[in-house]
Amino acid sequence: MEQQRSTSESSQSPRSPPSQRYLSVSVSDPVKLGNGVQGYISYRVITKTNFPEYQGSEKIVIRRYSDFVWLRDRLFDKYKGIFVPPLPEKSAVEKFRFSAEFIETRRQALDVFVNRIASHNELQQSEDLRTFLQADEESMERLRSQETGIFKKKPADLMQMFKDVQSKVSDVVLGKEKPLEESNPEYEKLKHYVFELENHLTEAQKHAYRLLKRHRELGQSLSGFGKAAKLLGACEGQALGKAFDELGAKSETLSIKLQKEAHQLLMNFEEPMKDYVRAVQSIKVTIGERANAFRHQCELAETMKLKEINLDKLMLTRSDRVGEAEQEYKELKAESEEVTRRFEAIVRRMNEEIVRFQEQKTQDMRIAFHEFAKGQARLAKSIADAWRSLLPKLEACSDTS
Amino acid sequence: MMGSENPGFEESHLFASREEMENLVLDDPLTTTTTTATNNNNSYSSFRSAKSSISDAATRHPLSPPVLSTPAESDPLLSPPVFRNPNASDNNSYIEPPSYADVIFSPFDDNSANEINRVDSSSHDLDSSLTLSRSSSSTSDYIKITVSNPKKEQETTNSLVPGGNTYYTYLITTRTNIADFGSSEFSVRRRFRDVVTLSDRLAESYRGYFIPPRPDKNVVESQVMQKQEFVEHRRVALEKYLRRLAEHPVIRQSDELKVFLQVEGRLPLSMSTDVASRMLDGAVKLPKQLFGESTAVVAPHEVVQPAKGGRDLLRLFKELRQSVANDWGGSKPPVVEEDKVFLEKKEWIHDLEQQISNASQQAESLVKAQQDMGETMGELGLAFIKLTKFENEEAMYNSQRVRAADMKCLATAAVKASRFYRELNAQTVKHLDTLHEYLGLMLAVHGAFSDRSSALLTVQTLLSELSTLHARAEKLEAASSKIFGGDKSRIHKIEELKETIRVTEDAKNVAIREYERIKENNKCELERLDKERRVDFLNMLKGFVVNQVGYAEKISDVWAKVAEETSGYAKDSC
Repeated sequence: MEQQRSTSESSQSPRSPPSQRYLSVSVSDPVKLGNGVQGYISYRVITKTNFPEYQGSEKIVIRRYSDFVWLRDRLFDKYKGIFVPPLPEKSAVEKFRFSAEFIETRRQALDVFVNRIASHNELQQSEDLRTFLQADEESMERLRSQETGIFKKKPADLMQMFKDVQSKVSDVVLGKEKPLEESNPEYEKLKHYVFELENHLTEAQKHAYRLLKRHRELGQSLSGFGKAAKLLGACEGQALGKAFDELGAKSETLSIKLQKEAHQLLMNFEEPMKDYVRAVQSIKVTIGERANAFRHQCELAETMKLKEINLDKLMLTRSDRVGEAEQEYKELKAESEEVTRRFEAIVRRMNEEIVRFQEQKTQDMRIAFHEFAKGQARLAKSIADAWRSLLPKLEACSDTS
Repeated sequence: MMGSENPGFEESHLFASREEMENLVLDDPLTTTTTTATNNNNSYSSFRSAKSSISDAATRHPLSPPVLSTPAESDPLLSPPVFRNPNASDNNSYIEPPSYADVIFSPFDDNSANEINRVDSSSHDLDSSLTLSRSSSSTSDYIKITVSNPKKEQETTNSLVPGGNTYYTYLITTRTNIADFGSSEFSVRRRFRDVVTLSDRLAESYRGYFIPPRPDKNVVESQVMQKQEFVEHRRVALEKYLRRLAEHPVIRQSDELKVFLQVEGRLPLSMSTDVASRMLDGAVKLPKQLFGESTAVVAPHEVVQPAKGGRDLLRLFKELRQSVANDWGGSKPPVVEEDKVFLEKKEWIHDLEQQISNASQQAESLVKAQQDMGETMGELGLAFIKLTKFENEEAMYNSQRVRAADMKCLATAAVKASRFYRELNAQTVKHLDTLHEYLGLMLAVHGAFSDRSSALLTVQTLLSELSTLHARAEKLEAASSKIFGGDKSRIHKIEELKETIRVTEDAKNVAIREYERIKENNKCELERLDKERRVDFLNMLKGFVVNQVGYAEKISDVWAKVAEETSGYAKDSC
């Protein structure tokens, strides 16, 4: 399975041979539009493809965050069982909405989102994807505003809703206390794994974020220290004063390097970690869908059993309602088969997705770790070099003093 | 693949569980560290407390390990010299920063664990003998003072409350080769009150000198802090103070210090510290002075002490009046501070103090930031260790195992880097503490300058008094000469006045001599300060920079390895 990544990320994945199908998307050029509360960011989405289903080999459209949400919701709905790539969070706090850092991390996350869809062999066939990548802005706006309430909810809300529904239904129809669950030990293990994984990853991501904050703080303190050293140097004068001055200058230089590294950490380490967490949360939604489908299947199976019993009864009593009942039974059977098919599709997809997910994450993490380590090594080396360059000067000071 | 346990690793507040750390498999033998920076505080509430708590760990850090325990790696960085104070002998007043070699081939592997301990005990002597002789001569003299063994004792006398007052005493041990002391090793038990007495007596005897300030009484802290913590805090402060006294070229020869260090038993209170009797005496004397029954004149021997803190309230009033006249009066006082050089220097000192204070504050922030960096790096590493374990336990696919291996690679590097940050910081604290030390010294400078101005005030007051007395004498003589045969009582008064004038003349001369002496002391001390400060600051800078370089190199190596091992897709785990 080819993992095509966006061209804006550093990637070492093998390029697809030109004869093969390709669909490559980039999300770029965030632009602030609108004012105040109604303000939003628009992005340029550039598609390059040789898929026959697409109109032409290159297309540029303008999209905003809620368009991406629309796409994700449609995919969730149509491709149950597939781990739809996660979106960056909707910002809850207005005033942080348009900080440069926020805009950049969001853009990167949206780019990754679309590219993951584009490189997924099922999702890339989606008609909604084609619409998203090609429709003009007015049509997109129309579609976006047609959303019914259910799609506007967050995946977590959806899951909760399903849970509520399922518990009510199962209580009534099946007359049981506990909701029905698959008795599949391997699947149980997977569910446990997913829930645990989210905890671990969230913690790691939290520390990753703190680490980049520490870089900023260290940078700030070096800057302050440098300024103080310079002032002290001015007071001291002579060789020693010069030494302080040079130390101060180096401190300030390093402060800038630290701020840069903090930014690198954000984009290349902390965001991928966050992305990982979101991906796991997306899996949890799929788990919910599967559970729902399973319960639906069970309910219908139960209902069918009852109907069958009823039908036999009617047939025995040669009731004139037999025909009606038979018809009902046939319809129910068809529905049940459809539901079962859907459930089995989810199971099948999930099995494939899990393998794919693990491989993808191993790759993603390796890249993230590599960038992290490279950045840290580079930073430490430049710190060493900067300080080392001071030493001959300090040595000279003591010779003259 | 299961490596050895990681000994001596006790940061319980840094890592969630000790168990996790013990299961930490560090493949690289270079990472097993024996430096137990257990005393590292997480919160740097005060620079000083951080430094004092780290000092234990610090002393275990090898100054210059005798053996390079890892095989020779041709590293060009081995060649740069260790930076030392060029004037000092092997004795240094603070921990020597590691040279590149020390840092790079630091004894962080098991082999050198023992060497560290050996080096410790000898280096402990080396680095804690604080007589840095910054002058080229007398490099073989030393006084080494240790404060230890705090003991709780009971106040035996005058306790109205049964069970009475308790107080702590400290064992003060001195080792010296200076002949004046009579013996080469001795100890005495002292309580804090004795230290206050010592400090006050030195202040009296050594006016004009930059006398290191004594530790604070910390009345609030002593109530609020845990007893053990407070006692330890005080012990450290006392040791520092006594060592600084021993460093001072003049004070180390003082009788006061000698008696303090050698003679057991309660130090007699100096006159000025006995507040109660001072007030009483002064109050008793005052009416007599005012109504002319006792001498209203300052005795010459008293003139050598400042009026403030003394028993002579009348003198205090007079000098106060004089100082007001100086500030608000129309005429210039008879003698003023004329030394332009001194006045400029004074202003410069003031500026210097501000800059040092500022730098000291910024240094505190820097230290805190480094500390936080190390902590968070360690926490990140631990989180990834947990993830590694988790993925390995739950692995259903090989991609998970590969990822787990990558994570472990990252995690162990993060933990290593975290340790390096913390060690870096421990060293940084020691180096930058020089700034803090000099702040303390600034207080001593203020003291010396105020000695000078109060001596000047005494001179001015006496001069005014003399002129007043002379004027009065003239008036009396003029009046009595008008009466034929003289006025017996008036003649008697004139005689008395002439006597007063003579005594006051003497006092004035003594005061002037004292003032000149103090001025001279100021001058010498300022020169000494300049010389020593330059050396100390330069050493501080060198130490700080060498330290940064060394650790940055180590940290860079750690991450470079990880970068290499994560550079491909097909590559196996590290």
